[in-house]
Amino acid sequence: MAEIIRHPKPLTVSPLKASQPIGAALAFLGLRNCLPMLHGAQGCTAFGKVFLVRHFREPIPLQTTAMDQIATVMNADENVVVGLRTICEKSKPDIIGMPTTGLSETQGTDILRLVREFRARHPEYAGTAIVPVNTPDFSGCFESGFALALDAIIDTLVTETRHAGRRRRQVNVLAASMLSPGDIEAIKEWIEAFGLRPVVLPDVGDSMDGHLIERQHSPLTLGGTPRNEIETMGESIATLAIGRSIGAAADRLEMRTGVPTFRFDHLVGLEACDAFTQTLAQISGVAVPARIERHRAQLQDAMVDTHFMTSFLRVALALEPDLLKGLSDLFVGMGAEVVTAVSPVRAGVLESVPCATVQIGDLEDFERSAAENAAQMLVGNSHGVEVAGRLGVPLLRAGFPLYDHVGGYARGWVGYRLARQALFDIANLFLGQHHDIPAYRSIYRTDAFSAPVRPQAGAGVVCH
Amino acid sequence: MKTSDIALLINEPACPNNANKAKGGCTRPKPGATAGGCSFDGAQITLFPIADVAHIVHGPIACAGDSWDNRGTRTTGPALYRIGMTTDLSEQDIVMGRSEKKLFHAIKQAIDTHAPAAVFVYATCVTAMIGDDLAAVCKAAAARWGVPVIPVDAAGFYGSKKLGDRIAGETMFQHVIGTREPDPVPESAQRPGVAVHDIALIAEYNIRGEFWHVAPLLDELGLRVVGALSGDARFRDVQTMHRASAAMVVCSNALLNVARKLEETWGVPYFEGSFYGVTDMSNALREFARLLDDPDLTARTEALIVREEARVFAQLEPWRARLEGKRALLYTGGVKSWSIISALKDLGVEVVATGVRKSTEDDKERIRDLMGDDALMLEDGNPAGLLKVYNEKGADVLIAGGRNLYTAMKARIPFLDINQEREYAYAGYAGMVEMARQLALTIENPVWSAVRKPAPWAVNRCAGVPVAA
Repeated sequence: MAEIIRHPKPLTVSPLKASQPIGAALAFLGLRNCLPMLHGAQGCTAFGKVFLVRHFREPIPLQTTAMDQIATVMNADENVVVGLRTICEKSKPDIIGMPTTGLSETQGTDILRLVREFRARHPEYAGTAIVPVNTPDFSGCFESGFALALDAIIDTLVTETRHAGRRRRQVNVLAASMLSPGDIEAIKEWIEAFGLRPVVLPDVGDSMDGHLIERQHSPLTLGGTPRNEIETMGESIATLAIGRSIGAAADRLEMRTGVPTFRFDHLVGLEACDAFTQTLAQISGVAVPARIERHRAQLQDAMVDTHFMTSFLRVALALEPDLLKGLSDLFVGMGAEVVTAVSPVRAGVLESVPCATVQIGDLEDFERSAAENAAQMLVGNSHGVEVAGRLGVPLLRAGFPLYDHVGGYARGWVGYRLARQALFDIANLFLGQHHDIPAYRSIYRTDAFSAPVRPQAGAGVVCH
Repeated sequence: MKTSDIALLINEPACPNNANKAKGGCTRPKPGATAGGCSFDGAQITLFPIADVAHIVHGPIACAGDSWDNRGTRTTGPALYRIGMTTDLSEQDIVMGRSEKKLFHAIKQAIDTHAPAAVFVYATCVTAMIGDDLAAVCKAAAARWGVPVIPVDAAGFYGSKKLGDRIAGETMFQHVIGTREPDPVPESAQRPGVAVHDIALIAEYNIRGEFWHVAPLLDELGLRVVGALSGDARFRDVQTMHRASAAMVVCSNALLNVARKLEETWGVPYFEGSFYGVTDMSNALREFARLLDDPDLTARTEALIVREEARVFAQLEPWRARLEGKRALLYTGGVKSWSIISALKDLGVEVVATGVRKSTEDDKERIRDLMGDDALMLEDGNPAGLLKVYNEKGADVLIAGGRNLYTAMKARIPFLDINQEREYAYAGYAGMVEMARQLALTIENPVWSAVRKPAPWAVNRCAGVPVAA
């Protein structure tokens, strides 16, 4: 069991943490015909938008209640009502997600009451669902904001029923923020291979995967979980909850509907994949398809091929809790050693990370610890590039935000195939570094001497 | 910050926008239909490029955590500005009233670990709302540790990004400019026959290092940049800006307040100009020569312009041939609207419409001069509206800020990013060639026809065409 430590310091340097409101915004971006609106100043939305645009390389629908000085000092109730009305009028979304921010929470906003007030004043927009959620940025992080939004979505859109199992091939998937669009796609194919029909919530794999649509432009999300599908989640045969951070949302769905829940911390690496596959076979009553057996065998082959590079590899990871757990398990399962693990916030799952200590901190703490522990590989977001450069070790990009690589959002880790690709990438990063011993030139050699020139592999550069 | 102080800043006499805003105040942003950054955003854009300063964002995580190190500004030396620093306030800090104390110790930590030339502390919404006394904490910290600590009171809810630019400029004027005398010109940099004149640049941010296309020419003419706000600047440079003999406001009316006050207080004459496009680049050099009133400089400037223009036109020739007659839809803020039009004219590209959301009457007048009286000016830049104009006008490329990049990609149309987030350097004569290359690269690329073509099996459907409702 890992010990959780925190070296208190007044100044956070090179933050690892991103805020709850934009985590919540991403959860809403996984719903179809949705438009999230942050309740705060316009900058909260502007920064969030840039953050998500740079990561996903997609237009991001995100609005703001635009609190100004008057609204901040007097009150911002009218901003919420006007904002909701404006969006309903202009864009006619199916769902409006409304995360709060540090500003509106410090003011003491009561968004549940404001939604009721909006309903009373504008019955003509009853067709648009509104999901309010409290996500101040003075607590939690991106991951917890996402989880709170997911819980609020279930709370608002899933009604109390007892029809579990009515749709005999339908399974719910509750997906935490660590799952990329690429991950969600892989999970859907995995489930479909057993003849089951997944309803993924939220489905960022459908909305944020980066696909051109026929229309030139939409003010709303370009895909995602449809509202009517969410309403049928009470009729599924099972719920697969992936990620410890969304535990509360899974509890709520089960309480509301009685659909039994199967929980997974993550789906990274052979063991986790096997547990998930086994569960799918159990739920569906279908034997594991030959195709999946083959993928499993391919992963096993990759494991033996790459273990030469991963064994004893000293790895330092700076990630949000769920992904920190997932990738640590992958590395340790390959004989590597997690010498540094940094998370921006506390979370229950951190105790189970396979290393001695998990530090709550920022990238400054990460750099110091990785240097002290002579890490040979770093795992983290694009901000880690600078750290990797200074330490002269490669960076495996993971988490949020990934803005310096194209396609970071599409990269996944779950399932046999993506785990296999991850192992190849890790091994290649390792091979890209030079491990030769310095040449020794005997004093008795008489041949002409010229200093050998060899290409220097930069941080994160894969050389073959 | 007091409402009355904010009103004063919005009411900038040197800004031609004042005339047409009877009440002097900006309109309130509309909830549910607002785009653009806040005052804190503006303040950090203006000041973060000062490279050897520790920039501490005082507030909960969102303001720094979601945005640090996301701008393309470049430095020749220290890169302290690229390290995100924040007090990362927790709920406990706020509820228990610990935030001021935390800030005080945060300043110490920054000084201890990074030995910055100065510390800038930025207020954010939450700390402004709970009434943290930034000025007092900064004063106490500066006295205790002997490093300048400057409060930048531009909380997000004060208003627009532009207001934040102004507050940042005002803060520099109040606390930094005029606090040091410039160093003498080093002997090694003296050249016979070249008198050195000190100049200041305002609102030049060295995005992607584009100022380095311009800097060698200034050196050649003997124009020493004694201080800049704020591209590749050091704290000590900003301190000496008041000793410039001439100042240039680069593509911005947000920081006119700094230029005006430099003129009023220190007698530094200024002009508004741009480094984009051959014509404007040459004009900028001429303006410096005019303000500095040195006949020898004027002669050398004209000679340099002749040489550089001949060179750049020769380099542009092949690109001009490819771009001549192409039609661009331009959507960018303020001064850039006219400065880019002028640059595009140099390339033979016709601008079919331009955005004027942040432009002043003055800017619009210049646009009319360049495009003719029937120039189509777009006040609102919502994506649907932009695409409509694009299609109606038969444009070949959309030139806009990063905000619209993926709108263009989704609509399958060529795009050139012209704002702060862009990937390439367009200033100066050399930047013009890069701009031409980038324009041709996107307009001529074969992907557009590939992604507009329907799949062979989709007989009656054509991707990229709006679906009939």
